[in-house]
Amino acid sequence: MNSAAFIVTAIFTVAAALAAATLRNLMHAALSFAAAFVGIAALFFLLGAEFVGLALVFIYIGAVAVLVVFTILLTRRDVGKDRGFNWGGASVAVAVFACLTWSILKTQSLAIGAPHIATLTVKRIGAALMTTYVWPLQCVGILLTAALIGALILVMEERR
Amino acid sequence: MTPTLQVFLIISATLFSIGLLAVLSRRHAIFILIGIEIMLAAANLNFIAFWRFGPQPQPPTGVMIALFSIAIAAAEAAVGLAMVIAVYRHYHTTNVDQLDQLRG
Amino acid sequence: MSKSIDQVFLNAKQWLLSWLTGLPTWMVQVVSSLINIFALLAVFLTLFALISVLERKILARMQNRYGPNRVGPFGLFQPIADGIKMLIKEDIVPMRADKIVHFLAPILIAAVAILTLGVIPYGRNMTPFTIDGGILFFFAVGSTTELAVFMAGWGSNNKYSMLGAMRAIAQMISYELPLIISVLPVVMVVGSLAPDRIVAAQAEYTFGLVPRWFVFTPWGAAAFMLFFVSGLVESNRTPFDVPEGESEIVAGHMTEYSGFKYATFFMAEYIGMFAISGLGITLFLGGWHAPLRALEFVPSYAWFFAKLSVLLFVYIWIRGTLPRTRIDQIMNFAWKFMLPMAFTCIIAAAVWHYAGRGLRGWLWSLFVIAIVYAALSMLLDTRRKFAPRVYRFAE
Repeated sequence: MNSAAFIVTAIFTVAAALAAATLRNLMHAALSFAAAFVGIAALFFLLGAEFVGLALVFIYIGAVAVLVVFTILLTRRDVGKDRGFNWGGASVAVAVFACLTWSILKTQSLAIGAPHIATLTVKRIGAALMTTYVWPLQCVGILLTAALIGALILVMEERR
Repeated sequence: MTPTLQVFLIISATLFSIGLLAVLSRRHAIFILIGIEIMLAAANLNFIAFWRFGPQPQPPTGVMIALFSIAIAAAEAAVGLAMVIAVYRHYHTTNVDQLDQLRG
Repeated sequence: MSKSIDQVFLNAKQWLLSWLTGLPTWMVQVVSSLINIFALLAVFLTLFALISVLERKILARMQNRYGPNRVGPFGLFQPIADGIKMLIKEDIVPMRADKIVHFLAPILIAAVAILTLGVIPYGRNMTPFTIDGGILFFFAVGSTTELAVFMAGWGSNNKYSMLGAMRAIAQMISYELPLIISVLPVVMVVGSLAPDRIVAAQAEYTFGLVPRWFVFTPWGAAAFMLFFVSGLVESNRTPFDVPEGESEIVAGHMTEYSGFKYATFFMAEYIGMFAISGLGITLFLGGWHAPLRALEFVPSYAWFFAKLSVLLFVYIWIRGTLPRTRIDQIMNFAWKFMLPMAFTCIIAAAVWHYAGRGLRGWLWSLFVIAIVYAALSMLLDTRRKFAPRVYRFAE
């Protein structure tokens, strides 16, 4: 059962990501981008990190995907096509994939099954965020504020 | 076939190369950003897979890194898209091939 | 005896599952989940049908007229007539619309709305799906509505649809922040994101009389009002129904949908209303607990649906009473008033907790909220100051 769900999710994710990378129609590609993230969130659920999966759905699909489609709308002369496939790019990507897969399959220490773990509750994540990771948390807060202000300034209409 | 760590890593490598394909072959600035987001997500998947299959019991380091990475990726996407809009306002194009004023 | 009535649905499900003892565990789990889903769909689709006719009748009575009263006793079979009408209507798709996107948008909106119903506890031990981060699941899945609304507006290839979709998304995104931040005080005080634990934390009664629901604390009352208003906006109900304002942009993002797809949008809006009300009941109104200790013999799901009916009546009441607000008034309200008040509720909850949860904490947190409210009211005063009237001809 676990394997069937995993295979279906993996195929869906890879197909959606491929569609996002190669589709000509801009809107369809942007929506497949959102679908790919649903698949990645499902993979996170299968790996037992539910909080991260939900945060992924919330942030990427609820916010970043909406940003992307709005930007596509705001920056079009005419939402036309875009060249989706390029032999040079494809060969580089295939080469990178081949190298990574070769190194993964060669390393013997990685062919292990999933050990039994205690469920990672939100309480543990919260405790970790407030004790071990409190400084990164504050830094990410400052970074997000800076990004917010920066993005606003970049798109503000210039006063004449 | 229960998924081993290698299977998850191969899926993450696949997603990474697909993101790389998007970055290298797309001409619209927004889709290059989408490719970058897919690459970041693949790296997050890698972190979580290693955390899950690592020796137990272990602190949730992989999960924390993935969480912060998602937050930072969202901030970067927002600023990147704001820049695309600003560039469009000046040059009326989003085709990165045509943004070559600083060349030579 | 009352306990067995309380658990009657659970016992029925266990009896059904006992017919399947020979099968592998995963199959039993799948069948159990399917039974949960079917029960949920049956209850809420019936409730949707009932509310669609009751809303028209209640609105009508508020406007001093009868509502639909021809079909069946008191017009209660009206949804059947509406359903038949919607099903046999011709399905018109604009010629240059994006077929796939146009088709998927209502399906996605309805699917998302129904998904959010799955984490709410409807009774003792009656949560369809227990997830550790249940509240986060609710909001994460609910935020996908915006993308689906955009798909609807875009796929119709119609400027009014696009405008309506943009306005709807702007409104929904602006009010997501107050919605989520007003939930944070509850999560902070309970210490868990699981709806079951939040309901269990409201189980006590002070002096056996007043229940310890969070709405009876000052921060809880303020947070509940913010949550309720944000829920009104998220479901695009009057007075915030600019996205579907019939007098302005026809039907906004739903303009180019006819027949069954329009009925799907309609259903998604109502089910979103049920889900937000259900979540409000779980977080603030004590879930399925009874208001008095003496009334605990009534089954838990009866209390939940009674509270849900009260909240839905308030929704319909507000719809019949208030006029529509302008889109810039809506955005101003969200960013300038509701967001600071939501942050204040978090501070007030912390003050309540650390001043001891008794009378002292109550008074201090009330003081914090009152100060911020007074300051915001003075700062945001938008009444235009009129010049003194000059009478010219009447002496």
